[in-house]
Amino acid sequence: MKSIEELRKLREQLKAGTAIRKEAGTKIIVGMGTCGIAAGAREAMNAIVDEIAKRNIHDVQVSQTGCIGMCVLEPLVDVVRPGEPRVTYGRVTPELARRIVTEHVVNGNIVEDAVIGKIE
Amino acid sequence: MAHVRSHVLICAGTGCASSGSKRVFSAFESEIAKKGLSEEIKIVETGCHGFCEAGPLVIIYPEGTFYVRVGVNDVTEIVENHLYKGRIVERLLFKDKMTLASVPKYSEIDFYKKQIRMVLANCGQIDPDSIDEYIANGGYEALGKALTEMTPDQVVDEVKKSGLRGRGGGGFPTGMKWSFTKGAAGDKKYVVCNADEGDPGAFMDRSVLEGDPHRVIEGMAICGYSIGADEGYIYCRAEYPLAIKRLRTAIVCAEEMGLLGYNILGTGFNFKVKIKEGAGAFVCGEETALLASIEGKRGMPRPRPPFPAISGLWEKPTNINNVETFANIPHILTKGAEWYASIGTEKSKGTKVFALTGKINNTGLAEVPMGITMREIIYDIGGGIPDGKKFKAVQIGGPSGGCLPEQLLDLSVDYDSLIQAGAMMGSGGLVVMDEETCMVDLSKFFLSFTQAESCGKCTPCREGTKRMLEILTRITEGEGKEGDIELLEKLAKGIKATALCGLGQTAPNPVLSTLRYFRHEYEAHIRDKKCPAGACSKLSGFFITDGCKGCGLCKKACPVDAISGEMKGKHVIDHNKCIKCGACVAKCPFKAIIKG
Repeated sequence: MKSIEELRKLREQLKAGTAIRKEAGTKIIVGMGTCGIAAGAREAMNAIVDEIAKRNIHDVQVSQTGCIGMCVLEPLVDVVRPGEPRVTYGRVTPELARRIVTEHVVNGNIVEDAVIGKIE
Repeated sequence: MAHVRSHVLICAGTGCASSGSKRVFSAFESEIAKKGLSEEIKIVETGCHGFCEAGPLVIIYPEGTFYVRVGVNDVTEIVENHLYKGRIVERLLFKDKMTLASVPKYSEIDFYKKQIRMVLANCGQIDPDSIDEYIANGGYEALGKALTEMTPDQVVDEVKKSGLRGRGGGGFPTGMKWSFTKGAAGDKKYVVCNADEGDPGAFMDRSVLEGDPHRVIEGMAICGYSIGADEGYIYCRAEYPLAIKRLRTAIVCAEEMGLLGYNILGTGFNFKVKIKEGAGAFVCGEETALLASIEGKRGMPRPRPPFPAISGLWEKPTNINNVETFANIPHILTKGAEWYASIGTEKSKGTKVFALTGKINNTGLAEVPMGITMREIIYDIGGGIPDGKKFKAVQIGGPSGGCLPEQLLDLSVDYDSLIQAGAMMGSGGLVVMDEETCMVDLSKFFLSFTQAESCGKCTPCREGTKRMLEILTRITEGEGKEGDIELLEKLAKGIKATALCGLGQTAPNPVLSTLRYFRHEYEAHIRDKKCPAGACSKLSGFFITDGCKGCGLCKKACPVDAISGEMKGKHVIDHNKCIKCGACVAKCPFKAIIKG
């Protein structure tokens, strides 16, 4: 490195590598109960992780949770953007999962036709 | 590149490594691969989290779940349930001893609540072998700032204003030290980092070097810039192989990136760092002995002045600071001296890392603001004394320090109040003692340590500590005489006043401070031939009280047939035969056998 500007630029690039250990912006939570897994939650999750990688988004946490009781609508995926209501999507196919990432997580537009609930 | 959705941080500090974290690491690798999750989950080996008592420690992000005592057999369950299904494995969470509730988050555990982790900020949070993670967390920003925005004088001023004092023990103002070396005549100057941590029970510097080596290197480079040195040495004992390995990696990485070596960040500043491995002599922690050792001579102190700031390594002006002192520097430059000075007390600024050992529930490392009370460190962070025993005293500052009794638990922990109480900050080792520790035996232990480590150059230390040790040994064996205490005090004063270096001058401290607070224990040993704590085997034994029902269990348990008595009658112990193994105490259903 030849200058402090280079160091700072490098730091900005490297930050993504450890950002996960700090509080992140948007959270995506995939229901991974037995019901969820049977209905294809893993495939939905793979699609989410893949889409995030493709779009090179860093300020996002993907985590899982257990069954919340609405097994009939599994796979369930929640998206929480900072300062916005928690949005729950039902019957999330890999295709829908990709739409959720591009439309909701990236652009902030809720995919209304797949929403099953919102918590303020 | 795939998106990494989860990080598994596994502690690879010396504590956790010895309780098996390496095997846990490989188990995670193979289990995660088996589940096909290798692309989306990253496993990181980190430095010490400080909570060594509960190791091996595993932290999983983004949730920040804190798993304790993770064995190889637990890994499958964590991978299957947590990493695959997102279900926290309850049984491996830390459990609060008081409420018995599980505490899932790192930050919510009592052990961490009262800590301010600055020096240890990255320890356990980053991979110490990765310069990328250090830079991502703000690393080398302070060096960059110093080189591009500040003059060397401004750097020294900033350190002066911060109020930082040497963390190696003495507490000399760091900024002052730097200005002395800066002002000394000569073109060639050196920066030396004292990593010869030798106090029994101290492992603060070791953990910093193992967990965040770049922070120390950055602090040294900043020092080099401010005093006009282009070369630095880290004197680290060879008994710290992991610290040396990580330092070597760190130096190579920093050189490759242009953060060490020639023309750093294009500013024309050159700085090289070398490692000198010490052979583990305690006296080499003394600065003049340390310098002699780097030069390849026998590690022995020499009289000061001249101080190393004027004539140090190869007779060139040399600035020596301790590991923790250097580790504080980057914070001071990035966040400012005022911010730093807002932490701590009027004369002791910032934080101090303490190593908690001895009779304490949470053995480990804790970084606390100066001015905290000893009670908070021992009870709130350390979790108190195990097995419901009573606190007796805490030895602070290792063999050069002193003990603090219960009535001083609320004393503010800072350089000056500790000196006043007859102890010292030292490097920060805290050895906690409960009611079963004999204070005479304790001072004998520390004195036998300093005696064995005395280099032998000056008579007061070589002969004086030997005589003191002989008297102490005699007292603990029941051969103490009237006048022994006074003789000990006289010798102690003489050694303190006349020994050549810090090792000798402070060697009598444990004796003086135990005499100050526990004189009655010495007197009991000498006059009554009794050890009140029941620790000195020649002065204590087991007795059967009137609570004895004559069941005969103790008689059967005794391996040397020292107990006699009729069934249903009171039994007695023959003290000539008794080997004080305590087997009878454990067997007695009526708790009728006591130590005294």
